[in-house]
Amino acid sequence: MSLDYLEVVLVTLAIYAILAVSLNIVAGYAGQPNLAQGAFFGIGAYFAAVLSAHYGWSFWATIPAAIATAGLAGLVLGAISLRLREDFLAVTTIGLNFVVVAMFQYVPFFGGAVGVYAIPLPSIGSHQFGDGDFLAVGLAMLSVVAGLSLYLERTWFGAALLAIKDDEAAAAATGIPVAPYKIGAFVLSSGLGGLAGALYAPFLSAVTPTSFGFSESVVILAMLMFGGIGVIAGALAGAIVLGALPEVFRFISDYRLLTFGAILVLMLRFQPQGLFGIDSAALRALSRVSQRWAGRHGPPHGAGKVGASRGPA
Amino acid sequence: MDLFASSVVQGIVQGSLYALIALGPSLTYGLLRILDVANAAGLALGAYVGLEAFTLTGQWWLALVAGALAGAALGWLLQRLLYRPILGRGPIVPLVAGIGVFIAAEEAFRLVFGPYNRAFPAVIPLPTLELAGTRIPGVETLSVLIGVTVFPATWLLLRRTRLGLAWRAASQDREIAQAVGINSGRVIASIFLIGYALAAIGGVLLGVTYNTVYPTMGDIPAYKMLAIIVLGGLGNPLGTILAAMLLGLLETFVVAYFGFVLPRDAIAFIALILILLVRPQGLLPGDVVVQ
Repeated sequence: MSLDYLEVVLVTLAIYAILAVSLNIVAGYAGQPNLAQGAFFGIGAYFAAVLSAHYGWSFWATIPAAIATAGLAGLVLGAISLRLREDFLAVTTIGLNFVVVAMFQYVPFFGGAVGVYAIPLPSIGSHQFGDGDFLAVGLAMLSVVAGLSLYLERTWFGAALLAIKDDEAAAAATGIPVAPYKIGAFVLSSGLGGLAGALYAPFLSAVTPTSFGFSESVVILAMLMFGGIGVIAGALAGAIVLGALPEVFRFISDYRLLTFGAILVLMLRFQPQGLFGIDSAALRALSRVSQRWAGRHGPPHGAGKVGASRGPA
Repeated sequence: MDLFASSVVQGIVQGSLYALIALGPSLTYGLLRILDVANAAGLALGAYVGLEAFTLTGQWWLALVAGALAGAALGWLLQRLLYRPILGRGPIVPLVAGIGVFIAAEEAFRLVFGPYNRAFPAVIPLPTLELAGTRIPGVETLSVLIGVTVFPATWLLLRRTRLGLAWRAASQDREIAQAVGINSGRVIASIFLIGYALAAIGGVLLGVTYNTVYPTMGDIPAYKMLAIIVLGGLGNPLGTILAAMLLGLLETFVVAYFGFVLPRDAIAFIALILILLVRPQGLLPGDVVVQ
């Protein structure tokens, strides 16, 4: 029983981690403010839900469909982003949540206000998914997304995104094709957000319009900022800490959102780069500890290494 | 009943409320280049404090004054304790921090004042107008009055007062303004005091207009205020007022003539996205933002 509960929590954390790591591609590497990751998550979840519940697609077939539809929506946002400066873009992405939620509510294809329910459980052969299987698939998806993101950091494309973040005009002057790269970052980031949706829909077995939208987008961006924007370890840490918070604070569930808001504000006020952001206090402490304890305990899961490799950039 | 006339009045009432709510963040953006979502917490705080004051004294004007004072106090605290220390961190950190404040504040309202809707039965003793068969209650008359005066008042504030001059100087270049003796700390504090007081007054009026006060009443104004200040041209308070009025009228007319084809709240953002695609700098280019 409690093992089941733990598995459910872990699947939720894996979904949040996929969302935070994928958001990091456009918001962290390319530096484009994006408060619409919840909407892309929703688009992926909705297409996966409709296709499997109403059209009989298998879970495995809905995965590419969810990535493609969310990625397509990201393409649209990416194209819009080319015309807008930072703050205009931030507000436009906020607005996108409301437009997408309105679409879920009013387009009959998406099931209207009740949403889509009775989404069939995925299966392999004759074996139907249990929570453990969802966890395994979720972790596999997370590894793929994190691996892709890690790989991206080592490619020319990833380096070019960092250059765009620092100075768009200078990046263009060095020959980086800014427009297609920005759009590419949006497509990749939102497509992977859609992937999280493909897992979410059968896991919850129902999707409703209000499960996605602005507050979900805020939670995802908050996780990324909390953990440290621009750093994969930060995205993971943020998703785990803020995602587990509601569970940890269950006994004071009345104060859940209050705690969430307060922790977020305190973090951004006193440690704006986040938990594992470049040159954060936690990271410095960790590297001190790891240096002192190196002989006895080994380095603590490479968190210091990630920060160090990104430090000079 | 004349649908057109009543839509115009309702649109102006809505627009005035939007203008009150959006003016503070617009001034703040012009000055600091940050989007201050927490301003909408000032709106709900104003409504609650106003309601408490009204319940205690039965005076509608005391409700407005108490609400405005509470809002102003929140604004002052936020700029002092939160925003000023993180100014150098780019635009996203303050934006998300403000959202965090807003989330926490809504929860605090729910815990302190209760989760249910509370009535705000204040009657503002302005003459109830009859216009083309539509009755306009006192509170809406007050909103319309505010709506007609807020534009010239803001213009006067920006063009004819020392604070306005300091705002314009600091919004062009805060460091240079400081170098020539404009105390930008005091300018920031004044702008937050004014902005949050206006939002709080908007909250009291909103509560009285719909006779209800509830913890999440700042939600929709918060999102709309963002759309409005962007539509008006970021950092252009006069454009903000114009956009607020246009949006109030647009929403009222769409709802009156087309029914609820679209949720009212999506209208603002669809309009926003469409207009931004044609005019990426907003309706009126900001004084200070666009060169």
